[in-house]
Amino acid sequence: MTQLHPVNELRVAIVDDHAMFRTGVRAEIADAVDVIGEAEDVDSAVKVIEDLAPDVVLLDVHMPGGGGIEVIRRVHPRHADTKFLALSVSDAAEDVIGVIRAGARGYVTKNISGTELVDAITRVAAGDAVFSPRLAGFVLDAFAGTIEVAQVDEDLDRLTEREREVMRLIARGYAYKEVAKELFISIKTVETHVSSVLRKLQLSSRHELTRWANDRRLI
Amino acid sequence: MTEYRRALRPADRRLVAGVSAGLADHLGVPVVAVRVAFVVASWFNGAGAIAYLLLWRFMPLATPELAPGLESATRRGLRTSNRLPVREIVQALCLAAVGLGVFVAMQASGRGIAGPVLAPVLIGLVGIAVIWRQFDDASLGRWMRQTSGLAFATRIAAGILLVAVAVVYVITQDRGWSAIADMGVAVLAALVGAALILGPWLFKLVGDLDEERRERVRSQERADVAAHLHDSVLQTLALLQKNPGDAAQVATLARRQERELRSWLYGTDNTIGDRFAAAVRATAVEVEVDHQIPIEAVVVGDAPMDADVTALVRAAREAMVNAAKHAGVDRVDVYAETDGRTAEVFVRDRGAGFDPERIADDRMGVKGSIIGRVERHGGTARIRSTPGEGTEVALTVPIRQGEHVPEEEARP
Repeated sequence: MTQLHPVNELRVAIVDDHAMFRTGVRAEIADAVDVIGEAEDVDSAVKVIEDLAPDVVLLDVHMPGGGGIEVIRRVHPRHADTKFLALSVSDAAEDVIGVIRAGARGYVTKNISGTELVDAITRVAAGDAVFSPRLAGFVLDAFAGTIEVAQVDEDLDRLTEREREVMRLIARGYAYKEVAKELFISIKTVETHVSSVLRKLQLSSRHELTRWANDRRLI
Repeated sequence: MTEYRRALRPADRRLVAGVSAGLADHLGVPVVAVRVAFVVASWFNGAGAIAYLLLWRFMPLATPELAPGLESATRRGLRTSNRLPVREIVQALCLAAVGLGVFVAMQASGRGIAGPVLAPVLIGLVGIAVIWRQFDDASLGRWMRQTSGLAFATRIAAGILLVAVAVVYVITQDRGWSAIADMGVAVLAALVGAALILGPWLFKLVGDLDEERRERVRSQERADVAAHLHDSVLQTLALLQKNPGDAAQVATLARRQERELRSWLYGTDNTIGDRFAAAVRATAVEVEVDHQIPIEAVVVGDAPMDADVTALVRAAREAMVNAAKHAGVDRVDVYAETDGRTAEVFVRDRGAGFDPERIADDRMGVKGSIIGRVERHGGTARIRSTPGEGTEVALTVPIRQGEHVPEEEARP
């Protein structure tokens, strides 16, 4: 779908309501990518994205105007080529899953190192998904107990055995490369599995998925 | 755990009152099935509609109780709460239209409710629904900021008007009756109307008092936790100022403080009680603090602790300590999972590694306190290590439900 950009030409926008954090991230990644814009709330983020059409948007989950989800909802339909990477200090499962379901292609926490962040940006820009161990854990939790084949009506609503294996290895701290080696498959295949899990997470209307989010909230 | 599960109406996923969504959650069936059931039941003398109204009254509205950070973020508009998917709304509207169509057809065939009764009942129902919905929102107003004065008044007025129209209709239908009967019916109708309108008010008043008491206790608890946290942040900052040169110490302090704040603000992580997930997380924190190395713990599922699971967690602790001490890395990954039948923990580092064949000689800890401990409890331990590439310890124990499990020594 998208052609692979050389890393140093990736155009990135940083959206976060904390100026100090934006400055910090910009300093960390400026050598590797081209930071073309910043925004501090939903409205300014939408404007930056529509004006500059960045390749990747680093998106805070919580921010004035409705949060990262709102930004994706307003921009995503018209700018399908812009990829979103959620970057957050909030570990609240429902927000993380929410932003992924809105259309973000990955989630990393704010204490991620500069090189890891650049790596994640590159991966997202190439159309792949970025799953941290924590996100993989959430996904396994959300799709837990869905293995009974008898009551499955749609393929979207469950993970295949292979996808589950990949998720478990990522949750165990394996990098994609290591997952590939462990399962005797290519890195490309690992990426395919992860993207497919992302798609299921975004498209499944499985009621257990909403109920899961709901249960976590009500506990 | 014997507490019975109560059906709740989810405030954030309701079309009319959330009865269908709540029942669907409670029964574990798709929400559309519940809606179909209500519509079909309504064809039979409106039984579905009556059941719906009754459930509306008796199922409490679930106002989500969020972690403080999320609650505050919601209040300040930093996050979007889930909206109902358009598909679901359209689906429900279609369902309602089909339901109404069949209902009208049944009326036309003369097998439905008697005509003179039907119209006022329908109008009355809509009026009641409008008023009740208002009350739901009014009690939600505190967290949804929906205190729109004029709209509120107009909608209540509209609701009352509809109910009144229905009542008047009923009365004027019975023109042929004697004056006394007219009076009687009028008074009765007025009383019923008043009860319908005022009922929720009284209902809500009682509920509010209760809710308020709980809210007060909750906010006091929160204030205590906040005070404790602010104290500990101050302590951490003081410590950081004292040891600015000790990078490892500074990093550990910052990390510990971060985790504490994060779990308080957004915490689903701070599960209290003697559970597997909490124990694994607590153990990871202990080792992290003792050995000044970040340990990333991800836990899926949860189970109560018994002697087997305790042994598993302790063996995992040994594995974490080993990784922290010997691997020479700056991060250890821990993954724990349980499906209720077995519990597993994986401890992984990308460090020095060693030759697993030769652990007998120099690593007594590994043999005794990891492999031995897990195997005594019917589990398995698998250690994979490649010099130069890192180590992964995989531990599994079966969960014996209901059986008597011999107690291990108390937790240190």
